[in-house]
Amino acid sequence: MTARAGTAARTPSEGRRAERRLGWWLCAPAALVMVLVAGWPVLYSLLLSLQRNDLRFPDRRAWVGLDNYATVLTSPFWWQAFGLTLLVTAVSVVLELVLGMAVAVAMYRTVVGRGLVRTVVLIPYGIVTVAAAYGWKYAWTPGTGWLAGMLPAGEAPLTEHWPAVGIIILAEVWKTTPFMALLLMAGLALVPEDTLKAAAMDGATAWQRFTMVTLPLMKPAILAALLFRTLDAFRVFDNIYVLTNGAQQTSSVSVIAYHNLIGGLNLGVGSTMSVLIFLTVALVAFVFVKGFGTAAPGRDPEGRR
Amino acid sequence: MTTGRNRARWSAVNALVLLYALVPVAWIAALSFKTPATISDGAFWPRRWTLDNYRGIFANDDFVRGLVNSIGIGLISTAVAIAVGTLAAYAIARLAFPGKSLVLGVSLLIAMFPQISLVTPLFQIERGLGLFNTWPGLILPYVTFALPLTIYTLSTFFREIPWDLEKAAKMDGATPFQAFRLVIAPLAMPGVVTTAILAFIVCWNDFLFSISLTSSDAARTAPATISFFTGSSQFEDPTGSIAAAAMVITVPIVVFVLLFQRRIVSGLTSGAVKG
Amino acid sequence: MAEIALEKVGKTYPDGYTAVHALDLTVADGEFVILVGPSGCGKSTTLNMIAGLEDITSGELRIDGTRVNEVAPRARDIAMVFQSYALYPHMTVRENIGFPLRLAGMDRARAAGKIEETARILDLEGLLDRRPAHLSGGQRQRVAMGRAIVRDPRAFLMDEPLSNLDAKLRVQMRTTISRLQKRLGTTTVYVTHDQTEAMTLGDRMVLMNKGRVQQVGPPDELYRRPHNLFVAGFVGSPAMNFLPAEIQDGALRSVIGRIPLTDRMRNALQRRRGVPRELVLGVRPEAFADPRLGGVHGGAEPCSFTGQVEILESLGAEKLAYLTLDADAAVRSEHLADAFQGRESWSGDQLVARLDPASPVREGDELELVYDPDAIHLFAPDTGVNLTEDA
Repeated sequence: MTARAGTAARTPSEGRRAERRLGWWLCAPAALVMVLVAGWPVLYSLLLSLQRNDLRFPDRRAWVGLDNYATVLTSPFWWQAFGLTLLVTAVSVVLELVLGMAVAVAMYRTVVGRGLVRTVVLIPYGIVTVAAAYGWKYAWTPGTGWLAGMLPAGEAPLTEHWPAVGIIILAEVWKTTPFMALLLMAGLALVPEDTLKAAAMDGATAWQRFTMVTLPLMKPAILAALLFRTLDAFRVFDNIYVLTNGAQQTSSVSVIAYHNLIGGLNLGVGSTMSVLIFLTVALVAFVFVKGFGTAAPGRDPEGRR
Repeated sequence: MTTGRNRARWSAVNALVLLYALVPVAWIAALSFKTPATISDGAFWPRRWTLDNYRGIFANDDFVRGLVNSIGIGLISTAVAIAVGTLAAYAIARLAFPGKSLVLGVSLLIAMFPQISLVTPLFQIERGLGLFNTWPGLILPYVTFALPLTIYTLSTFFREIPWDLEKAAKMDGATPFQAFRLVIAPLAMPGVVTTAILAFIVCWNDFLFSISLTSSDAARTAPATISFFTGSSQFEDPTGSIAAAAMVITVPIVVFVLLFQRRIVSGLTSGAVKG
Repeated sequence: MAEIALEKVGKTYPDGYTAVHALDLTVADGEFVILVGPSGCGKSTTLNMIAGLEDITSGELRIDGTRVNEVAPRARDIAMVFQSYALYPHMTVRENIGFPLRLAGMDRARAAGKIEETARILDLEGLLDRRPAHLSGGQRQRVAMGRAIVRDPRAFLMDEPLSNLDAKLRVQMRTTISRLQKRLGTTTVYVTHDQTEAMTLGDRMVLMNKGRVQQVGPPDELYRRPHNLFVAGFVGSPAMNFLPAEIQDGALRSVIGRIPLTDRMRNALQRRRGVPRELVLGVRPEAFADPRLGGVHGGAEPCSFTGQVEILESLGAEKLAYLTLDADAAVRSEHLADAFQGRESWSGDQLVARLDPASPVREGDELELVYDPDAIHLFAPDTGVNLTEDA
């Protein structure tokens, strides 16, 4: 009946103005923290990226315009890391989607031991990434590892480019598939059981029901999960740091930026990379939201009740 | 419908899922119980069991200090994020005010934000402010990255509270504060607890900020401490110690996650899926 | 106990939408008034304004003569039963019912006695230590009622309290509420969208549509003397039949035959000016009778017509016959088209008759029906005003 509690206020009543003020006050601390600790550093890194600023040579600080960008964008190491990041992101997200969907369906449809499965599947999510990464590292270390033990003698997968990349992807996929599966399972729950029954009555096979009813209805959930995971995978750092520390050309953009900062103490170039990474992430998010119409999760502007 | 074949098939599928989740963890656990002599024998299970690795790491001041840092910094960050985030989430779930979607948009942006983009400028800023290698120096970015999660998760929880109850309380004679304290707060608590667990996991799991914004064990958290075990430690071979330390920082979280399984699932998925 | 008076009370939302237009209504002390209408008609908004849960944007609300527009809900001493029951899920039934007493600071012993007494009235004694989650729908509803009556408020407000119950329980609770209200004698304002509930429960009905009151009066009066097309169509089930008709040579031409204007109609029409020739004819399903069971009783000469029984619904106590009439005899009029727009499945040559179950009629029969021409209502097609009733 009161569904028209509109949001656009031309002449706000006293109550409505009080509500606005309260809303602002309540959001102010959160906004302040986010702006100070995220907004300001982003701006600051923009400034730093326009400077020659190497902590080893503090005297040589100077404004250099876009020189740092030229340096980074012509560096084969940067492009190598960029390509690797894209590769790891794309492959692991695709694998996670397929595996996660399978796990989600298994959790959702299973008739035996449902509670156990739903609980245990959370373990990889709960594990500290670094801890899991060490597990993988030792599993593939010749002599020590049970997985390395299955390989022909003399193989050291972490010291070769492609096997190392494979292990990085494996570590990423293992850790985040449960998260993906949970998001997808929530999406599965959005598909009305009656609709599936109706499809079955209409003569659809199980596979047809999945592809023609379940998947389309889950699309918003899938896109949101993909967006989440794509952006998350793009910042891959912990696994690579532990597994190879960027050796065998397995640096991601985050790893190479880290090494420029902490190893090289080169603030200018490090900041430039930060800005470039940020721009890439923004671009990916933009493509998702505009291109696929992914609803930003949790956004519900009319959500008054 | 549940035929025998069906059951067998599901049991097989479930077994696969269980193996998937458990084997890598079991491996780290097994590694942590191996003696230095057998650690590189390549076997999955230890031939000889020992607790020496655990004794070793708890005798290691750096690691204990790292644990203290992790717990302290994690708890403080979580508390701050929850306090600040609850206010914002309430406003977003319940009040109409312009700028609401901006707050949501900004927090989404930060949730998606590559941490490395903050590391470089924060490194410089914190050195200037004297926050580098201190607890507040890590608490600040942790709060920032826990906040979006807090705001999203809590506002979805808040939206699910039947707000008719607030009206009912008013009609029953409650002042606004009584309505909050006696009716709304008890209903909001489960959501707050769940969110706090999720936020704590985010802080506990961090590695990048911890290795970048610290230079000693004054503030370095446990995951970062572990990575410094390698090579430059008093242990002859760090593998066993690292495995034991990995177990120590993992087990409490896993226990938490398993205890609060249902709530965590709803928390993780609440903000992400909209029909 | 209290008298509730609304004087030109209106609600306009900030976006310019007016949910309630200057509503005048006085609910007498101890009276049971029903606000009824389709969803979006403003009835719940009105109730919320009386409760104080929504601001009044114009006019004045008085309880016992005192203006309360600005008084907080808790200070109005009014209890409310919500559609969702709004039971506190973390409290037991005892705590739920006792909540208003606890807020009022009543001492424990007295409060406990009151709770027990309330539970006895509502047959909740065995459930006092349960949580709402472990109650059935009907039990929850009674707890919600209990929370309202426990503190003897000046008035009860009920917002569709029965709409979440199944049909059988709803009928049961209807009588329970009716009995309770009579026993307590507390002023009650009750909102529903269900016309049966409205007809059976209240002393008076306030029928609303699009934020305006259409008619106020005892249910029977709204049924027999509807002021306009909306009231006529809303009250009664099955709804009144509406047919196009035309005044020709002192009689009405329509698909149910040529109806000579009775004295009552003639007088009523003469008192109005500019009565159009083409009108909407309204006649209730229960006005028709099967002549084989005896005629109709009325002052005027009965009229009759025949139609084919398309569908026959036997409800035990009555039979509903859906007739298809001779389409050629129907009045076709551009002029009337507007008045009929939006009326579901209206084609001008169909109607429903409520017949005595003794009638031997069968589906497919060609059936003759008789009716008293005085049972006919005539409505102006543009304004919807009932021309056969005095304004």
